[in-house]
Parts: sequence; structure tokens; C-alpha cells
Amino acid sequence: MDTLLAQVFTGISAGAVLLLIALGLTLTFGQMGVINMAHGEFIMAGAYTAYVVSTIVASTELSLLIALPAGFVVGGLLGVALEASVLRWMYARPLDTLLVTYGVGLVLQQLARDIFGAPAKEVPAPGWLDGSIPILGYDFPLTRLFILVLAASCVAALLAVLRFTALGRQIRATVGNRDLAETIGISTRRTDRATFFIGSGLAGVAGVALTLLGSTGPNLGTSYIVQAFLVVVVGGIGHLKGTIVAALGIGLLQAFLAHALTGSVAQVLVLLAIVAFLQLRPQGILSVRTRSLA
Amino acid sequence: MKKVYPYAGWLLLAVALLVLAPAVLSDFRLGLLAKYCCYAIAAVGIGLAWGRGGMLVLGQGLYFGIGAYAMAMHLKLADAGPGGVPDFMALYGDATVPGWWEPLRNGGLAIVVILVLPALVAGLLGLAVFKRRIKGAYFAILSQALAAAFAILLVGQVKTTGGANGLNNFQGFFGYALFDPANKRMLYFIAAGILLVSILAMAWLYNTRFGELLVAVRDGEERVRFLGTDPANVKLAAYVIAAVLASIGGALFVPIAGIVSPDDVGVVASIGLLAGVALGGRASLLGPAVGALLVGYAETSLSEAFPGSWSYFQGALFVLVILLLPGGLAQLLGLLGRLNARRGNSVSDHFLRGVPRGKQRETEVPRSASEEAAAR
Repeated sequence: MDTLLAQVFTGISAGAVLLLIALGLTLTFGQMGVINMAHGEFIMAGAYTAYVVSTIVASTELSLLIALPAGFVVGGLLGVALEASVLRWMYARPLDTLLVTYGVGLVLQQLARDIFGAPAKEVPAPGWLDGSIPILGYDFPLTRLFILVLAASCVAALLAVLRFTALGRQIRATVGNRDLAETIGISTRRTDRATFFIGSGLAGVAGVALTLLGSTGPNLGTSYIVQAFLVVVVGGIGHLKGTIVAALGIGLLQAFLAHALTGSVAQVLVLLAIVAFLQLRPQGILSVRTRSLA
Repeated sequence: MKKVYPYAGWLLLAVALLVLAPAVLSDFRLGLLAKYCCYAIAAVGIGLAWGRGGMLVLGQGLYFGIGAYAMAMHLKLADAGPGGVPDFMALYGDATVPGWWEPLRNGGLAIVVILVLPALVAGLLGLAVFKRRIKGAYFAILSQALAAAFAILLVGQVKTTGGANGLNNFQGFFGYALFDPANKRMLYFIAAGILLVSILAMAWLYNTRFGELLVAVRDGEERVRFLGTDPANVKLAAYVIAAVLASIGGALFVPIAGIVSPDDVGVVASIGLLAGVALGGRASLLGPAVGALLVGYAETSLSEAFPGSWSYFQGALFVLVILLLPGGLAQLLGLLGRLNARRGNSVSDHFLRGVPRGKQRETEVPRSASEEAAAR
């Protein structure tokens, strides 16, 4: 029973990390069809932002709280720069955006290597996240709990923005039908840019959160990006709920398989499970019924 | 004229590879060129699947790796002699050869594995994916994930695959000692020869009914379906051929490079294979191979001159080529050809041209429209 519970907690916290990363991806993928491989490097940028903030702000207690919004802004600005300089020329061929953004990611990685050096950096965690609290007899590390809460609040904030603000209505309209949105006076181009800011900003937040789990290196993003895309694919395009279910599901599956087998075999089995799952539901967990032929 | 021109390009490449390069280059440089030829063989397959078929194959490292590891395991077993145990196994494990290694002791069987196993894997995956009409970004992400999974699996199995270090230190190649420069030259000629043959095979394939269908599927999958042909079968065939070519490239890579490690098969290596294809012109006949050779050369010389600059260069290459020149260098040649044609010399030819402008719009417009519909 105890090991079962431990695996559930491990799975949920791994799922929370995946969710945090995939949230921004599903937003941009759903609205623009852009497959942003540089998302992983935006995560890395967020992590390095946390590092820079921690060197400037003396108090480790505060630096994390400052780094979170700073990471959001850094990630978001990078995203807007990418959208404005490259991606807006490519909306007619979404598949090619994958390679272009991969190229941008390569450049960003090497930039990070040149600026911060190849060795990984450690960001000190604030004192109030030391230790763990017992939940149902299981010691849950506070850092993991913090990420769980952070992921939940990001989802809540995103849902609130989408539901209650003018920008959210414009985004939903654009996702729903781009041409109709244009005809009622929504500037879909500005909406696209705003979506990119939010989506990439969430990557920055995820990067800050990841500094709590391990050290920060130039390759931080690449280790997560493949899994994050799988979450988006399994969740179904443009569906936050599907993404949540997929992230937690994949996290849990991986935790249980990794417990029963070795870590590497578990990762391979998870991938095979995803291929099998897409056989059953090619459109993901939640799909929108359309009459399109695609 | 139109029929002759592509073969003129091929002949030019053949002369450069088989006559010029061996005469001019030192043994060391020739060995590097042999390595680029291996990448180019895989690139020819990517040209078929991606350029002609529109399938963004992000995980060709998987098949490259299957070929490479099958060959490496055979070479290791051959070095160890009949009944012997490869050196690294004594180092990491309990000095017994696992059962699934044993068939590879036989050289003939190893070649069969190199040719058949990738076809089986690609066939199964292709059936699962294409029949369910999983395409576009979904297919790209899945194939990439498989390459990632394969690399992770290899790293995890230190005792039987050498783990992150991979397999290296090969002594012989089917009885030929690998330290002998003459045998290294022979390997170069084998790699260059297979590359040239595979390009010829593509030239033939592109002109068959299958080649025409493949382009039709790329440009309008639904139309092909309405006309009574299952696009899944066409894509499946192209994907399997691409996988086998990648596997052959990988198998030759092992004795030439002298090492194979998970780094050669993972996500980064897989996308790296695409760089040359994009540069040369994904839909053209010679483009993928020439592009792969150029990219390989650029990688070596840039890394020698300015360490660390290759990442910037490769990144810039992806951005600039895909953004500004989606048809690659072949598109440039095509533009030149059209200029010539306007002056009266009609040497424009559809083999060397990249994705024609008109076709490209036709490809992309239905796709983005349907994706928008899917998001609705």
C-alpha cells in the first residue's frame, strides 16, 4: 500500500511538471498549428532567469518569487520575438515550423553555453521549501508540492484568462474559426502574438520551477520537449482538459512502470503505449467533432 | 534534353565521388567523405519520404541505429572469433553473449537483419500510423519519440549494447583488416557506390506510377483517396524504403567511423540528418545526397576552425533555408534554369527543381484549413 501511494505521488508530481511544460505548447499548437521546438529552450531561458535572479537577489527566500514573474516575461518576450521575426511568415506551412523552431532552439542552446558556460548551474532553493510534509503517511517533498500547486494555479489562471477576459474571448474565437473571427473585427495577428506571449511565458515559468528539481544546463529543454509534445498529442489539440488528463496519465504510467521495471524500459513502454493509444483515438483524449476530412 | 539532364547531374556526382575525390583527397579526408556518404544514403531515403511523400520523418535515427548496431554487433562477434565473447561484455557484464546476439555471428544473417529488420519495424509502425490517418505533426512527433526511446533503451542496456559509450574498436570487416588504408579506401568506394546506386533507384522510382502517386498523396491526400487508391499504402511503401536506406547508411557508418553510440541515433542525430536534405532540396533527385555531403563537410570544417560555431551554423541553416528557400539549393538551380529558358535554352528540368511554388501552395492550403477545422 505504501509503495502504491509513493508511486501515485511520484506520478502526480511528474505529471505536474509535464503539465506545466505542455500547457504553453498546447496553446500555441492548438491556435496556430505551430510546432514550437524552441519551447524547450524557452524553458531553459526561464531556468537561467532564475539563476540570474538568484545571483542578483541576495535573499534566497525571495528570489524564487521574483524569478517566477521574471521567467514568465523572459519566456514570453522570446516567444514574441520568434513569432514576429520568423513564424509569422510561415503560417501557411505549419509542418515546416518544426524545423525552423528547432534551428532557433539550437542557436539559443549555444548562446546559453557561450554566456553561462557548459557546466550546469545550481539555483539555491528557498528555505521555506526545505523538507517535506506527511500526506497519508507519505513524506511529500515541499518542492514537489510547490510545483503541483504552481501547475494547478497556472491552469486556473489560464482558464480564467480564456473565459473571462477580452483577450481570452478573442483567442477562443480565433481557435474556433480564424476567418469568422477576422470578419467580426478581431485582429487575429495580434491575438496570435498575445497567445505566443502567454504560451512561451508559461515555458519560462516551467523553467523556473525546474530549477527546484535539478541543476540548470543548456540542454535542459531538450530532455523534456519530446515528452511534452507527446502530452499535447495524447491530450488532443486545443483542449486544456485533455492536456491535464494526458499529463497526469503519462506521469502516473511512467511512475508505475519505472517502479516495476527499470527507468529506461519504462520510458520506452510509455512511448509504445502512446502509439497504441493513438490507434484507438487518433485525435487524442478529447477531440472536437468536425466534418473535416483531416 | 529533358531526359538526359538529371543523369548528367548524376554522372557529374559519380565522377566527383569515384574519380576526383580518391585522386585528390588524403586517406583521412577520404574517410570523412565516406562518413558523409553514409549520411547521404539515409538522406536519399528522407528525400523520398519527406520531399516526395510529405512525411516529416523526424526519427530516422531509429533505422540508422538498427543498421548500425546490427553491423557493430556482427563486427564485434567476428572480432571475438567463433564462440568468443566481445571484449566490452567481459568488462561490463558476466562475459556471456546474450541469445539475441548469436544470430549476428553469421555475416550473411547480419546483412539480412540490416535489410529486413528496419523494413519490419517501419512496416508495423507505418501500418499503425498511416492506416489510422495519423499524419502531419502527429506523425513527426511520434517518429521523433521512437528515436528518443531507442536511444534511451540503448543507454540503459550497458551490458549488451555498451550503453552510452556505444560499440567501438572494430578490428575487421568481413575478413578485411580495418587498420589497412587500402581496405578503408575499399569501404569508401562501397559507400559512394551504394549512394550512387540508391540515387539511380530513386530516379527510376520517381518516374514510376508509385512515384507519381506519392507526390499526389503529398499534394492532396483526400483526392487520391477519392480516386480509389489508399494513400496509406503509398506512404507505407515510401516510409519502408526510407527506413531500409537509413539502415544501410547506418550499417556502412560503423566500419567507416569505427564507432556507434546512442548519440548517433537519438533525436539530435535524427534531425541532423534532415539538415542536408533541406539544404539540398528535399523534393529533388540529387538534392538530399548533395546537401548531406555539403552539410557533413561544413560540420567538420567549421568545427575544426571554430569549435562551438557549428550549432549556430546548423541553427541558422534550418531557419534560413526552410524560411527563404524551401526547395533548397535545387530551387536556386531551378530558378537559374528558368532564367535560361527565358533566354531560349530550355534546360529547366523537373528533377533538379525543388518544390515548385505553385505546388507548394496547393499542398499547404488544404492542410492548414483542415487543421483549423480540426481545432474547431
